[in-house]
Amino acid sequence: MKFLILGLGAVLLSCAGMPGEAADTTVEIKTFAFAPQELTVTPGTTVTWINHDQTAHNVVSPDGKFASPGMDTDDRYTFTFEKEGDFAYLCALHPHMVGTVHVHSH
Amino acid sequence: MSKHSSDSDDVTMSRRRALTCLGAWSGAAIVWGVGGGVPRALGMANEASTAQAAKGQFTFAQISDTHVGFNKEANPDVLKTMRQAIASVNALPRRPAFVVHTGDITHLSKPEEFDTAKQVLSEIKVERIHYVPGEHDALDSGLGGYLKQHGAATGNRPYYSFDDHGVHFVGLANVIDFKAGSMPALGAEQLEWLEKDLAPVSASTPVVVLAHIPLWTVYEPWGWGTADAGQALGYLRRFGSVTVLNGHIHQVMQKVEGNVSFHTAMSTAFAQPKPGAADQPGPLKVDAGQLGKLLGTREVSVVRGKRELATVDTPVEGSV
Repeated sequence: MKFLILGLGAVLLSCAGMPGEAADTTVEIKTFAFAPQELTVTPGTTVTWINHDQTAHNVVSPDGKFASPGMDTDDRYTFTFEKEGDFAYLCALHPHMVGTVHVHSH
Repeated sequence: MSKHSSDSDDVTMSRRRALTCLGAWSGAAIVWGVGGGVPRALGMANEASTAQAAKGQFTFAQISDTHVGFNKEANPDVLKTMRQAIASVNALPRRPAFVVHTGDITHLSKPEEFDTAKQVLSEIKVERIHYVPGEHDALDSGLGGYLKQHGAATGNRPYYSFDDHGVHFVGLANVIDFKAGSMPALGAEQLEWLEKDLAPVSASTPVVVLAHIPLWTVYEPWGWGTADAGQALGYLRRFGSVTVLNGHIHQVMQKVEGNVSFHTAMSTAFAQPKPGAADQPGPLKVDAGQLGKLLGTREVSVVRGKRELATVDTPVEGSV
């Protein structure tokens, strides 16, 4: 819950700064995979992961930039990408599940 | 040697009988004797000869993958099946010396899940429970939540060793060192500790290793293995008897490699598909009448002066 609240706070701040710039987006977690696996967004975009599996997953960047709690079925995790870069992540419960968020201005 | 190994035909017959029973998940408990590189079924748990074989031995029980907090279709009431497993341990004719829990105590590492698990597991009539963490126990600031509950007994480290009845027990954590696209690992620090821990132990001492994820590669595409297990097994190779007890895959599998025998245990919470039998691992939905037969506990007997450990896997619900 803490992560969700922080994420929403970041959304409000980024919306105030750049109205309409970043369209928020969703990554579905289904059958042990992130879809889409590769995602390209602009800075300030909020990404929401939703777990549709019957088993738990999580979303963790290996360098610790972001980490969700354990996500049960239908749980969501939200993170706002303010800086440019390529952010790889995985599910620590199933390290074969990997994805990347590319954050670029244009 | 035990009388069960004297006739190769008998051994073959016993193995065939045991494997048939395992394959059908008949619900009957089986005593396994593992020695000299060949797993041998000593007999069914309800046979007098089996009770005789276990007589006077040091025994402990294994419970695994309780997944407290899981409530989906595959088992909406994991506490009920866990209590059935506990009852089977409490019903053993001879009280085990202790219980080992090979991880995934909780489903989501929530403090209330750890609390509930502790409370329910305290219903087991044993002096103590030794734990190793599963990856589902590592979701609260890594192993923070797990160590808060179980770290005091092990110097606030998730890996440890102790000696009991002449057996050297080692608990390992292979759920926190992970890399994208790879199987989880023990990691350099823990391997270094293991090497030092085993150094003063004589080669004739039986060693029992506890770890959540199998220390042999059961199925790499599902991450059912430990990336750097080879190094750990290298340190264990000089010992005459090594028994590795794992959980994680929610089904009984056994493998013998030289003097090392590997065993995975049933879960008390839900079943998982056989390796590669489904597109993905995960909770397996089975008919309500079948579930209790796919969940269970294990009793392990250590026979003094012998290299073999006998294991009895008992489903939480009785035979068909």
